[in-house]
Amino acid sequence: MSPHVSSPRVGGKGRRRSLAGQVERFLPRLVVAPSLAVALFFVYGYMLWTFVLSLTDSRMLPQYDFVGFAQYARLFANERWNVAATNLVVFGGLFIVSCLVIGLLLAIFLDQRIRQEGALRTIYLYPMALSLIVTGVVWRWLLNPGLGIQALVRSWGFEDFTFNWLVDSDMAIYTLVIAAVWQASGFVMALFLAGLRGIDDSLFQAAALDGASLPRIYLRIVLPSLRPVVFSAVMILAHIAIKSFDLVMALTGGGPGYATDLPATFMYAHTFTRGQIGLGSASAIMMLCGVLAILVPYLYSELRGQRNG
Amino acid sequence: MSALNIRHVDKTFGSTQVLKDISLSIDSGEFLILVGPSGCGKSTLMNAIAGLEPVTSGEIQIGGEDVTWHTPAERDIAMVFQSYALYPSMNVRQNIAFGLEMRKMPKAQREEAVARVAELLQITPLLDRKPSQLSGGQRQRVAMGRALAREPQIYLFDEPLSNLDAKLRVEMRTEIKKLHQRLGTTIVYVTHDQIEAMTLADRIAVMRDGEILQLGTPDEVYNDPVDMFVAGFMGSPSMNFIPVTLVSGGDGYVLRVLDGDDPTGAPLELPWPAERDAQALQARVGERLILGLRPEHFVEDETRMETSFDGTRLEVMATVVEPTGADILLQATLGETEATMRLGPKSRVAAGERVALRVDMSRAVLFEATSQRRVA
Ligand SMILES: Nc1ncnc2c1ncn2[C@@H]1O[C@H](COP(=O)(O)OP(=O)(O)O)[C@@H](O)[C@H]1O
Ligand SMILES: [Mg+2]
Repeated sequence: MSPHVSSPRVGGKGRRRSLAGQVERFLPRLVVAPSLAVALFFVYGYMLWTFVLSLTDSRMLPQYDFVGFAQYARLFANERWNVAATNLVVFGGLFIVSCLVIGLLLAIFLDQRIRQEGALRTIYLYPMALSLIVTGVVWRWLLNPGLGIQALVRSWGFEDFTFNWLVDSDMAIYTLVIAAVWQASGFVMALFLAGLRGIDDSLFQAAALDGASLPRIYLRIVLPSLRPVVFSAVMILAHIAIKSFDLVMALTGGGPGYATDLPATFMYAHTFTRGQIGLGSASAIMMLCGVLAILVPYLYSELRGQRNG
Repeated sequence: MSALNIRHVDKTFGSTQVLKDISLSIDSGEFLILVGPSGCGKSTLMNAIAGLEPVTSGEIQIGGEDVTWHTPAERDIAMVFQSYALYPSMNVRQNIAFGLEMRKMPKAQREEAVARVAELLQITPLLDRKPSQLSGGQRQRVAMGRALAREPQIYLFDEPLSNLDAKLRVEMRTEIKKLHQRLGTTIVYVTHDQIEAMTLADRIAVMRDGEILQLGTPDEVYNDPVDMFVAGFMGSPSMNFIPVTLVSGGDGYVLRVLDGDDPTGAPLELPWPAERDAQALQARVGERLILGLRPEHFVEDETRMETSFDGTRLEVMATVVEPTGADILLQATLGETEATMRLGPKSRVAAGERVALRVDMSRAVLFEATSQRRVA
């Protein structure tokens, strides 16, 4: 700040300069204000609008005949929504657990002071840099029975080999898990690796002298002290799972049939392609509730932690 | 019986040799201190004893058994780390009991052992706390408790007090000494603090650059150092090193203090005590040597009434006077060097004045100037 801009409270000469002072004080707010307004309008405004629409009988176009919570009742009676919700539980659960396990194992492996660690770390992290669309397309080719893994193994001479999960409506949901885990476990590894690096070497030495084997050291001493990392990772993965849309669109398109529908694809289909804006809005609000159910406790514990720390 | 016997141990990391032919042996119940500047290989030697780092060559025996290639768990050893290394997710009780649990001690006995060390170290009220809820001094106690619970043959302490503040450090030092006297444990203790070394040790090993320079009792290391490094490292304020020339006087040898500023003036001469060994000096007449005098080897001349001190008189110009309370540290020019002298607290010396002193040459030591080895 320039030294000769004095506060307006200083009398005489100061008062004459107070206009500059006022400008200086309000300029930052002035600059931030438009983007704040835009953000408020487009994020919270549209959230509110979606909620309002979910209470109406809107179909192709928004209109305002309020029907109370009838759309929610329709939603929960809807077979396709129930498939989507079940899929989310299966996909989310497997995705989170697999990412945690694979990420942790990779991190422990990288933490053993191996050579070329930097290069390996980058390789593991790369999938995270890709768009989920790209991931989806790549895995669609890989999992395509006629083009990818199945065709490759058959070309090696194993004619009976079958790996057609992508087109099997019972198994297709697991292809989503495979692709999503491939994409995100490197990121989880990075989280765990940072946590492991924060652990004092002498802890390992002390435990070795105490007679603990390496797996036991990890189970009893290292993992418990990584609890905050596990917690953050679960939060991040859970909200990725709930919002998953692009991966489904690129990999399975929700199919076969609607076997791999997730709430996000359900919402998109009903709101924008099937002329069911009211029902779609209701499903969107349900997703919002899901995200909030995860986020609010998380933020609460984070903020409380900061106050204590 | 020797509890620990280290024979010709070498350790290299890549191309740097960190331990060079280390040999030492410790009797059961002995308190051995490894002291030396940081980076001299103390921790590396500890880790080698503990089995945390394999040695490059040499042999380590514990209780007469060759354990050179045993795992840390197979050696009957407990270690207290500088960072304490308490398991953060366990409470104090679990921290202390973990080693016992890993060694498959039954639960009842474990609890008994925890109760015993908790009482010994007065940490019983802390047993249910997590390490993060403890102060530095309390963590230090828990770390010691964890070691004591196992009752191993040998305890290793790697700079256990260096993270404590000065007052607590002195308290814990006394406590460790008491524990050792009470339990008669065998301890190898690393420190870079020479006061800790002097006060705690039965024997001290002074290390530098991966070598043990001298191994002896605190008295030997302090009063009979093998070279200038040991002499300068032990003692605070450290020993004064004064360049001198050895000349043959009428009935003995005389040390002529070199004075760079004033070659024409009458040089200060300190007679070498006749009763001390003169064999080594014979061949060195005319040579330039380094005279080592500790600050307490000087006494103010007026105080002769209180002591039976009968040394050589000399007069110096006081440049700085630092009262410490218990005594007064005087900086004065002695020949080419600025020397520190420890005077009694009642001394009335002021900076800029000339002071009459006596120096106790019977405790002086002489070193070769180039090799820094002890001459006499
Ligand atoms: N794992 C290691 N790899 C390479 N050099 C090491 C390693 N550990 C210690 N050193 C080197 O060995 C020397 C002695 O280290 P250390 O035993 O820790 O010293 P001290 O405990 O006496 O301060 C230092 O120069 C240090 O850089
Ligand atoms: Mg060290």
